[in-house]
Amino acid sequence: MSSIHARKFVSADPDKCVGCCVCEYACSYEKEKTFNPVKSRIRVVRLDSLIDMSITCRLCENPPCVLACPRDALSQSEETGIIIVDEDKCNGCGWCIEACDYGAIMLHPEKKVVFVCDLCDGSPKCVEWCPEEALDFVTADVLAQKARISAVKKLFQEALRSETS
Amino acid sequence: MFGYAGRILRIDLSTGKTKISPLSEEYAKKYIGGIGLGMRLLLDNSKPGVDPFSPENPLILTTGPFSGTMAPTGGNGHAFVSKSPLTCGLGEAKSHGFFGAELKRAGYDAVIFENRAEKPVYVWIDDDIVQIIDAKHLWGKSPVETEDAIREELGDYYIRVASIGLAGEKLTRVAAIMNDATRAAGRTGMGAVMGSKNLKAIAVRGTKDVSVADPDGFMEFVKMMHERMKGPATVKYRTLGTPLNVLVHNSLGALPTRNFTNAVFEGAEKVSGEYLNEHFVVKLNGCSSCAMRCEHIAVVPEGPYKGTTTRVEYEPLWAFGPHCGVDRMDAIIKAMDLCNYYGLDSLSTGNIVGFAMDCYEHGILTKKDTDGLELEFGNAEAMIELVHKIGKREGIGDILAEGVKRAAEKIGKGAEKYANHIKGLEMTGYDIRGLKTAALGYAVSFRGADHNRHGAYGLDLKGTVDRFKVEKGRAKLVIDLENLYTIIDSLIICKFSRGTYYEGFKDLARYYTLVTGIEMTPEELELTGERINNLGRLFNIREGFTRKDDHLPPKIMSTPIPDDTVSKGSYITQEELDLMLDDYYATRGWTRDGVPTLEKLKELGLEDLAHIVEGKIKTKKRAK
Repeated sequence: MSSIHARKFVSADPDKCVGCCVCEYACSYEKEKTFNPVKSRIRVVRLDSLIDMSITCRLCENPPCVLACPRDALSQSEETGIIIVDEDKCNGCGWCIEACDYGAIMLHPEKKVVFVCDLCDGSPKCVEWCPEEALDFVTADVLAQKARISAVKKLFQEALRSETS
Repeated sequence: MFGYAGRILRIDLSTGKTKISPLSEEYAKKYIGGIGLGMRLLLDNSKPGVDPFSPENPLILTTGPFSGTMAPTGGNGHAFVSKSPLTCGLGEAKSHGFFGAELKRAGYDAVIFENRAEKPVYVWIDDDIVQIIDAKHLWGKSPVETEDAIREELGDYYIRVASIGLAGEKLTRVAAIMNDATRAAGRTGMGAVMGSKNLKAIAVRGTKDVSVADPDGFMEFVKMMHERMKGPATVKYRTLGTPLNVLVHNSLGALPTRNFTNAVFEGAEKVSGEYLNEHFVVKLNGCSSCAMRCEHIAVVPEGPYKGTTTRVEYEPLWAFGPHCGVDRMDAIIKAMDLCNYYGLDSLSTGNIVGFAMDCYEHGILTKKDTDGLELEFGNAEAMIELVHKIGKREGIGDILAEGVKRAAEKIGKGAEKYANHIKGLEMTGYDIRGLKTAALGYAVSFRGADHNRHGAYGLDLKGTVDRFKVEKGRAKLVIDLENLYTIIDSLIICKFSRGTYYEGFKDLARYYTLVTGIEMTPEELELTGERINNLGRLFNIREGFTRKDDHLPPKIMSTPIPDDTVSKGSYITQEELDLMLDDYYATRGWTRDGVPTLEKLKELGLEDLAHIVEGKIKTKKRAK
């Protein structure tokens, strides 16, 4: 089984995200050949004009959605960590939806089974299309590295600013 | 149909009955959507001469063929069309955000609101289910409060809402229809028409697919547009935003200041796009499916208006800033925020404040009239107070809420000399005394004073033409732009993206066919633009407009620019205006009174509207 350190998922940078929903359109087109956000595996949230962020599956370790499923319809791919839905077993009961902290697994509007990000076979279309480069296909480790770098940059900028002012 | 939903929803607010009729392919191709389709539906569904606030004046809401698709800037628009309570001619206003896409997904190209509800209601469009719901508890609330309350009570946080505030409820003639918190269908008083119908809000949830005719070709086109939108054509909107105009206009002596008293503002630096972005802008937002992002969200960091958060664009910034002689950005942001709160067109409202200040400076209004407000130019606090009064229709605000034209009539004492409007619609932030090509566009615009019906200021400002000169041939330049702009507003793509359609009608026609599958050549699309401009003219003629309504604001024609600047001394004479109008009407194929001829209507496929011009072609003499 691939280590959690090697698993890449789609992460949104709220500082860059503008809430345009291009990711939703790209996803619904890639997966369902139509334009419809309710068929997108990634969804955008805007709060009070000041916060924008899109959210999709984080490929959790011991995923709560898989644990919650009473019909064993969900499993996690050993290779990539994505959640695999057995559409024959799923009856849309929604226990997994309740278990997911991010609202990343959703009930399909027509198929009455749940659906979730599958990383487009390793090249997520949302990441490719995002006009703001706010989406990253990235491992948790690299996310942390990036966060550290930007935090230090910020600290230094502030330090420099207070020195000069 | 592809792109289109293929359905028109009719809601009778007095009986609560709804009816769905198909959108014919003929109408789709001839009128496109947005304002074009809205104007045709208005002509089809209204009688001449009705009061804009009468139940007989329908309010028409449309989407465009691209709404709900991934088309960048085209996927999210909607338009309102009705008879304007400001001009008593054609009223139309577009907005972007998320509402239009949602309405398309609910399955509608247009919604016609007819008659008047007995008491305040809101309409809840949940895909195919349409309900009229009591809105007593929402009456008096701001648009943002209304949006939040509706989402909460219907229990769905992805519902999109277009609503009016107190201004629309109180039939303030400059009331807007707001959506998605920061967006407005602002101009021509559409919010007041909505208020006259006791319609507080339109809530929409759409979960249907929107599909295009040629998906692969479309996606390829969209990819190309994404690339173009990262390029030079959109830099302005992605960086400083439209407030960049402040210093540009100022340096060219084209920044209307103190209600068109001056064309240069000494406080321009402090209200510039540069200053705004440095000190106030905290975030840029994008509309649904946009690949540019332009929405500059400003937050006041300190002082009496600390924490005020609003979207900022040049026009309202100009209207409350230079136009009122105010150089305090925090107060300007506060005034814009109040407009969103009351549901006012911030552009017209800023104009009204500047008009009132001009009246005050000239002794036409006194402290007695203003409840003690000292309305000198530059008094930021008084400006804020006056916006409150207009929003609530309190004291002098009750008169001013009628717009500058009617307010001047009521105030009397020569106030009309300071009422800068065209056809009743307040001016916008271009000093057209020294932008003479634009001035023609303003004079003939079917919705009144407007830079957005033609964009001819670009020719003047960029030096494509001699902006201080009037000459034959300018009309053709204005007309070409007008025809393009009506197509932009009928497809409802965002005007900020207009520069990314490098090949104009050719790009747009191809885009249209990829989405809808309806064959459209660039020539046909251009003719369609002309058709829609003629429709606007026909509506106004039906409502009694003549050549004399193609006028310019009083100061534009009476007061040469006094400042020591490149535009010094420039203004527009009656002879110049007449020359421009003659040129324009002739180039449009209209009579010297500005009436489309029968031949022209036939050429445009508008023969069925010939009754509007009958009797007007030969009998009328040219107005002086």
